[in-house]
Amino acid sequence: MKTILNKYQLQITIERLAYQLVENYDDLSSVVLIGIQPRGIFLSDKIFDQLKKIKPDNPVHYGKMDITFYRDDIRKELHQPSQTNISFSVEDKNVILIDDVLYTGRTIRAALDALLDFGRPKKVELCVLINRRYSRQLPIQPDYCGKSIDSIISQKVKVEWDREEVVLY
Amino acid sequence: MQLSTKHLLGIKDLQLRDIELILSTATEFKEVLQRPIKKVPSLRDTTIVNLFYENSTRTRISFELAEKRLSADTLNFTASGSSVSKGETLLDTVNNILSMKVDMVVMRHSASGAPHFLAKHIPAAIINAGDGINEHPTQALLDAFSIKEKCGALEGKKIVLIGDIMHSRVALSNIYLLKKAGAEVMVAGPPTLIPKHISKAFDIRVEYNLKKALQWCDVANVLRIQLERQNQVLFSSLREYNLAYGVSKKILESINKEIVILHPGPVNRGVEIDSDVADSKQSIILQQVENGVAVRMAVLYLLSNKQNFN
Repeated sequence: MKTILNKYQLQITIERLAYQLVENYDDLSSVVLIGIQPRGIFLSDKIFDQLKKIKPDNPVHYGKMDITFYRDDIRKELHQPSQTNISFSVEDKNVILIDDVLYTGRTIRAALDALLDFGRPKKVELCVLINRRYSRQLPIQPDYCGKSIDSIISQKVKVEWDREEVVLY
Repeated sequence: MQLSTKHLLGIKDLQLRDIELILSTATEFKEVLQRPIKKVPSLRDTTIVNLFYENSTRTRISFELAEKRLSADTLNFTASGSSVSKGETLLDTVNNILSMKVDMVVMRHSASGAPHFLAKHIPAAIINAGDGINEHPTQALLDAFSIKEKCGALEGKKIVLIGDIMHSRVALSNIYLLKKAGAEVMVAGPPTLIPKHISKAFDIRVEYNLKKALQWCDVANVLRIQLERQNQVLFSSLREYNLAYGVSKKILESINKEIVILHPGPVNRGVEIDSDVADSKQSIILQQVENGVAVRMAVLYLLSNKQNFN
């Protein structure tokens, strides 16, 4: 077991990701944060809170999306769906998809399909805390990335939100 | 995450955990049905036949819509106008359909046990959409979903089933489900329409007085008088039935509480329920129909797992 990000590093990484979003988008009202269920929402909650602190008068839209029904491995194993809550239109918005770990890219592929069923966004970007390089099975890359790491397939990356650290098993 | 059964033949075979899984999955499908594009690709590799040997409006449309919302390919078969009239047996009909690579069968039949028979002889997953006077599991599931949505929980709720208990597959499925979920169950109606030993067999209450039954309950599920299944006179006239057991505005006003009214449809207005009650705020008949699609999507999704397929 190896710690990739400790509590302090995790905190400043999340702050940096929030500032990068503010840097790219002057007006946050055109921005939609979508946390991907079930594990992406811990990161999206924290980024959302951070953006509220940085720009309290310029709120961003925030929703959560479950991608279970769009998975491509449904014939191997059924997954239990989590809650989807997108109470606004994504039409012509700049959507930031948020997940904790980017690995094969298949979850993001499913998330893109799911997102397009809610409307036609102006632009979609991807924000992840951990990018596992050289393990992609689809041509998907992050636009905002907390930390890139090199790992082998047999290893597992886990974000421990209660202990607030990222570990490699 | 999986159901403990390969088919949905009846609530009798389900465990409480299966029921909870179906209802929680249905909650997420209900959200899908509110989206601009009310469709998910989960079952796009699945072909489903809707085999209806008996008339149906709600159940057939609801199943077909649920299948389409899941991106499945659907086939509709109704017995009238098919080779059934030339004498083809149920098993032959189904085997012929299955040889065209169909994965799941949704089936309604007037003979109790027809889907159970089929399940023994064919490899496809079978969903019972009503068999004779036995069970109608998806109706009980959508009733439970609707009660849960309206009242918060099933456990401890007092629920009365009113009317033709003897001929109602909805009643039997509801009794199984509600007992498993820990609700208190009562059946009410004329003695001729309530099976003799039902109270002992299922550990439920029996009441022959409508007002007392309504006073006791939180939720009343009013059942249709099934004239097509009655071959003897069990009550003197529909008018008399309405006077003694019809749920009217007057009787609801005479009890001092607001109860929730369900009806599985089709409604015989002026017989088991009066129009002003069926269309009132306390009736959730149309919500039941809406929830039916989400509940059936959940059942189809959960039974579509690969291991079930041949």
